[in-house]
Amino acid sequence: MIDYLKEVISGTWSLFVGLGITIRYFFQPVVTVQYPYQTLPMAPRFRGHIELVKDEETGETRCIVCGMCQKACPSHCITVNGEKREGVQGKVLTEYTLDFTRCSLCGLCVESCTPKAITFSKDYNLAGLSKEAYIFDLKAELSSLPAQTKLMPFGCKNRLEAKN
Amino acid sequence: MTLDPEIIRLLAFLVGVIAFASFNAAYLVWLERKEAAHIQRRIGPKEVGPFGLLQPLVDGIKLMTKQLIVPAGVDPVLFKIAPILVMVPAIMSFVTIPFSETLVARNLDLGLLVISAFASVNFLGLLLGAWGSRNKYAVISAGRAFSQNVAYEIPMLVIVVTLVMVSGTMNLTEIVGLQMGGFWHWNILNLAASPLMPVAFLIFFVCMLAETNRAPFDMSEAESELVAGAFTEYSGMGFGVFFMGEYANIVIGACVATILFLGGWHSPFPDTIPFFGASSVIWFLLKMYFIIFTVIWIRWTFPRTTFYGLLNLSWKILIPISFVNLILTSAMLKVF
Amino acid sequence: MSTFAQSQANETFVLNLGPQHPATHGVLRVKLTMDGEYIVEAEPVLGYIHRMHEKMGENRTWAQFLPNTGRIDYLHALAYNHGYVSVVERAASIEVPERAEYLRVITAELNRVSSHLLWFGAFILDLGGFSPLLYAFDDREHILDLLESVTGSRLTYCYFRFGGVYNDIDDNFVTGTRAFIKRLRGRMPMYHNLVTKNIILMKRLQEVGPISAEMCRKYGATGPVCRGSGINFDVRKHEPYSVYPEFDFEVPVYEQGDSMARYMVRMDEMEQSLRIVEQALDKLPEGPVMAEKVPKILKPAKGDYYHAVETARGSFGVRVISDGSNTPYRLKLRSPTFSNLSLFGEACRGMLLPDVLALMGSLDLVIPEIDR
Repeated sequence: MIDYLKEVISGTWSLFVGLGITIRYFFQPVVTVQYPYQTLPMAPRFRGHIELVKDEETGETRCIVCGMCQKACPSHCITVNGEKREGVQGKVLTEYTLDFTRCSLCGLCVESCTPKAITFSKDYNLAGLSKEAYIFDLKAELSSLPAQTKLMPFGCKNRLEAKN
Repeated sequence: MTLDPEIIRLLAFLVGVIAFASFNAAYLVWLERKEAAHIQRRIGPKEVGPFGLLQPLVDGIKLMTKQLIVPAGVDPVLFKIAPILVMVPAIMSFVTIPFSETLVARNLDLGLLVISAFASVNFLGLLLGAWGSRNKYAVISAGRAFSQNVAYEIPMLVIVVTLVMVSGTMNLTEIVGLQMGGFWHWNILNLAASPLMPVAFLIFFVCMLAETNRAPFDMSEAESELVAGAFTEYSGMGFGVFFMGEYANIVIGACVATILFLGGWHSPFPDTIPFFGASSVIWFLLKMYFIIFTVIWIRWTFPRTTFYGLLNLSWKILIPISFVNLILTSAMLKVF
Repeated sequence: MSTFAQSQANETFVLNLGPQHPATHGVLRVKLTMDGEYIVEAEPVLGYIHRMHEKMGENRTWAQFLPNTGRIDYLHALAYNHGYVSVVERAASIEVPERAEYLRVITAELNRVSSHLLWFGAFILDLGGFSPLLYAFDDREHILDLLESVTGSRLTYCYFRFGGVYNDIDDNFVTGTRAFIKRLRGRMPMYHNLVTKNIILMKRLQEVGPISAEMCRKYGATGPVCRGSGINFDVRKHEPYSVYPEFDFEVPVYEQGDSMARYMVRMDEMEQSLRIVEQALDKLPEGPVMAEKVPKILKPAKGDYYHAVETARGSFGVRVISDGSNTPYRLKLRSPTFSNLSLFGEACRGMLLPDVLALMGSLDLVIPEIDR
């Protein structure tokens, strides 16, 4: 009988302890980040999709079209093409395409690159409306927009600007 | 031709009751989401209107514009009638609830009995919906709902009988009237009637949770076991009405608990503070929403029990204690 | 456990639990033959998320398979990474610098804690409690941030390389990890008060879903499942690899074999993992994080190699057969959850549906890892 009452009372008490914990959290501030109104800075080593590096001296790519990244890629998602031009040593890059639909963000391409011509992008807003939107022409991007605005979810960008 | 003023009054109250039930059903969803969010340290709905206050409206529009799918093979009559069977008794029960001394649609002498009777019809709706939808999960859910019904109704009614003995009436207005004058006169602290009264309140509260299908006793819809239980096949407003019926039942449960144990519309410290010292409908609503808040708070704290866990709880703990309380109360009534 | 009388009549029905069901955490299908709510027979049906990782390995170079290892079990990606690099290093006789091994242990143990935290939340979710999941995610988020700052990725890390690790850690990581250890230790009593000591949870787990030691041996169950049944087996202790012998840690073992025992094993393991991380941070040697002479195109010597590691779910073994070329000839992955799930059919016979789901949750299933 005493054991029975003890169990009932200790069991009921454990329930009240649990309620005490949740009500304490109820009054504590929230810990979530209100994306897309707030964003977090990406870690410096964040491994996004790859992008070409702009050489600070020449303003051009450092890529020498060796094709190592293409070979290293487990998913065969990189296409590199170059051509010989007169008066230029080595090959000149004509095409650098990343098929992001197949990329697994492993980073083996970046490691294999001897001239350090590719790096990781910090872009993580990768939502789009069509499959074609994910075939990135990295060479064209090198001379145009920063990658951040590439694939913002529709409506998201304007609200971000409105808030900032 | 002149209408009887009593009929006009009743019609006005009927509209009021339906509006109150629907408003609560809609906004308790908002409260539930907001409270759950803050317990889990999130914000919850915030996009639609200030603090997401228009969220229930948007949800309602979404549910109404969705197709009401009646799957092949279901019993169409039972399938369609079940959500209504859950919603209607809840609204009917509001008729006898006294929100204040004067604010009551129909002051029945057997008000408590009416509410207890309607409370069981709610389970019938669940059962018919589950059986009618011809879904294995739903049928299991119906079986659980039934065993749950058996488990909680006995201790609940024993407690109610105890209170009827203490009050000597089944009229809800009179039960509240007897608890006048400060919180030490409320039935929850009516230690002169029985020293176990706070425990009786706890038992009533637990039974109320079980009756309204709320966690930790939501075995019949247990989403991690039975997907959505009885509601698995429901879509659109069919599901919506079920949902609103559940919340309306919670409101009823909270109202009854307020009336039976927490002194209804009476102020806990009468005639002290100017406005709040007076007994009014505000006190009733405050107590009621506090109970609803606790119900939601419990849901987001505890894991779910099993149906045999509830049966064990009921037969081994709740029923013995409530009977002890009954005997103790009758003995005290006889002695004093 | 309940003691209802079971019906004698042969009236059973089949319930398909899954492939889309909230409690299976992925695309597992369990074919339940039921008598009312009693399980007469349970048959897990696998293969819905089979991705042919083993075959993929045979068609890729040794290094190209590395990203796949994190996808076998996305919750404890680094241990699977560890198993694969270790076996290839054994095959190619690559010496790993000590600092790299320490970093592997630190990150893999942090990853184990994050895996257990997620399991904890998901398990309580299976039992119908919602808030602990979010609290666990709050803590897990800190681990993900820490690991992201080192590996650059939040889930499928792919941090280890043949001969070392891909990046060195910085001081921020060290201070961040120490702060996290302190934080999690402070949070554990809260978890125990909110969940472990809760009477509802105790009633749902104690004496539910018993798995005997004999059954574990029969089906080859490892990890917390066998340690919850009283078998003291942990690859880190009993077939030590990497630098684990240098740390002082205990292997939590519970004798009861019920769901509660498996729950307690994992809860205790989190503390032990934190101890390992703490010691590793104290002892962390200086030096390179990558072996110097690792050939760019790896061609391990001919032979048959095996290496097992302890993951959050049990012993994960990789067997590779090399024919001396730049791709493996055969790659076999021994995944722990596959064995752990195998005993499910026998263990849940005669149980009630809610208890079966408690048992299933306590096995900590990660479906992609079962199917590979």
